[in-house]
Amino acid sequence: MDAIDGAALLLSARLAAVTTLVLLVLGTPLAWWLARRRTLARAVVSSLVSLPLVLPPTVLGFYLLVLLGPQGTVGRLVDALGGPRLVFSFPGLVVGSCVFSLPFVVTPLRDAFAALGSRPLEAAATLRARPLDRFVSVVVPLTRPAFLTAAMLGFAHTVGEFGVVLMLGGNIPGRTRTASLAVFEAVERMDYDRAHATSLVLLGFAFCVLLAAHLLGGGPSAAPRDRGVRP
Amino acid sequence: MSAHDVARDGARASAGEARAPLADGTAASGGEPAQAPFVQAAFRLARGGFSLDASFVLDGRGACALFGPSGAGKTTLLRCLAGLEPDARGRLVVDGETWHDDAPSRRVFRPPWMRPVGYVFQDAQLFAHLDVRGNLRFGERRVPRSDRRVRFDDVVGWFGLDALLARRVGSLSGGERQRVAIGRALLTSPRLLLMDEPLSALDVEARARILPRLAALPRHFGIPVLYVSHALSEVARLCDALVWLDAGRVRAAGGLDALLPDVGAATDDEGLSVSLHGCRVARHHPGDELSELSLDGAALFVRALDLAPGTTVELLVHARDVSVALAAGERSSILNELPARLVSVHEARGGVVLRLQTVGGRLLLARITKRSLRQLELRPGVELLARVKSVSVAGGASPELV
Repeated sequence: MDAIDGAALLLSARLAAVTTLVLLVLGTPLAWWLARRRTLARAVVSSLVSLPLVLPPTVLGFYLLVLLGPQGTVGRLVDALGGPRLVFSFPGLVVGSCVFSLPFVVTPLRDAFAALGSRPLEAAATLRARPLDRFVSVVVPLTRPAFLTAAMLGFAHTVGEFGVVLMLGGNIPGRTRTASLAVFEAVERMDYDRAHATSLVLLGFAFCVLLAAHLLGGGPSAAPRDRGVRP
Repeated sequence: MSAHDVARDGARASAGEARAPLADGTAASGGEPAQAPFVQAAFRLARGGFSLDASFVLDGRGACALFGPSGAGKTTLLRCLAGLEPDARGRLVVDGETWHDDAPSRRVFRPPWMRPVGYVFQDAQLFAHLDVRGNLRFGERRVPRSDRRVRFDDVVGWFGLDALLARRVGSLSGGERQRVAIGRALLTSPRLLLMDEPLSALDVEARARILPRLAALPRHFGIPVLYVSHALSEVARLCDALVWLDAGRVRAAGGLDALLPDVGAATDDEGLSVSLHGCRVARHHPGDELSELSLDGAALFVRALDLAPGTTVELLVHARDVSVALAAGERSSILNELPARLVSVHEARGGVVLRLQTVGGRLLLARITKRSLRQLELRPGVELLARVKSVSVAGGASPELV
């Protein structure tokens, strides 16, 4: 068992957990906003959110490196505010992963909110529920499968990313070397045993996530697009 | 619900404002009540090819129908009252409080969750993630304890929901769903209950079971009801006033007795009927397989009922089942003849609708041909006999023909 790169797997799990949490907090209001009637602004934001789906991860990683680096706009701003260094560090990986996995969390939520429609919200409003109360006590329970799907996809996709973490993290053992990087590293060194063992863990994990998603009935595109949601 | 129509006859809507008394027999002799009406509403809303421009007032008692053909804007108007149409322009004052006003100087829009109204959706809109109890409690929990006037146990008992409390809503029948939806709305202790065709999705049997409850609801809970419907027979049973909406405009509003003949004549509704409350079962005639009912001292015969003498029932009399004769004595197979006075004659397609008043002051409608009208030389004020070919006992599943 010592063939498995435990530190890398643990780092991947930690990164994925933090990223998923951040994305659920930020992605839910974004998805809620996107689920309403289509406007030009929403079309633009929707495209931006989906960009990581079609962009080569190395391109995304490169831009993030430029932006978040010590000379980058965001990097300098964060530095001036006393924030952590965002390249070759765990916080940097979290930021990169959030951008990369954003569509996987936002899309299922947006589709579920849209499919829910405005009627349950109207019913709740006539029963004295205020907007936030309505969201918590009606929308969230009725779209729970979509939240599970979003969390699982966000987590699994973050575990599987390669290009962005390589560019942004720099593959530092114990600090920014995630499981997918460890596999690449092992293959480079012709250490196929290690590559096999780590890969097998990732393969089993990925399969279990998808199986769970299907068993819970909230598969990746289970929610059809329907009427817009008015809060 | 008898005598208010005399005073209210002139209350037919002119152009803009229309008055619909929810109360029965408030002002017996002329003059408008001094205090402001319970609800004053005026709304304008244009959407696509449809435009709504309606204003009306309601007195805060009993049940008023928002009646009209589909597409008349009934639901939209109801949604305006509940605050579900924020784009609507206009003004809404309920019980002296302004809920909506878009006059630039005093802009007001009270959001739906701050309006003490109950809203019953056409399709119930129960929350699928909660059981029946959770649905019933949803609104009640959000109302301050001091404002809760409707008791949970009362609602559960009244609508027979005891056995359903722990059920998931997905397993409920259509009738059960609507009972839960109405109960849920009532438990917010609303000052006004808005119902959007709550029976339209139900089958005949479920409808017959829930109707008596709906009819007695305003009185039992002391909450005025505004009831959207396109079925005149339902309106006749449930409401004492109506606002008649057509193509987004109020065509007329007023007491039910005064408006029913005109509305029925104009809409050519097969369901044009009146409801006679408070008929008492007098005795049974087993040999004839008949039961004798007593209505304001007159006797009415219906097919044998399985009810003890003294029980009160409600009768439904369709206009098409009522004919008139000028004098008694003619031998006829029709058993039920009620002395009545002709109040007015209303033109209808393929005939006329007669508005009659029985000796007991009740409204009765008769649909007859124009030829009969001419040959009998009927004029308002003439005394005649209303011959009732068939009546149905409300609550029973099928008409009791005689």
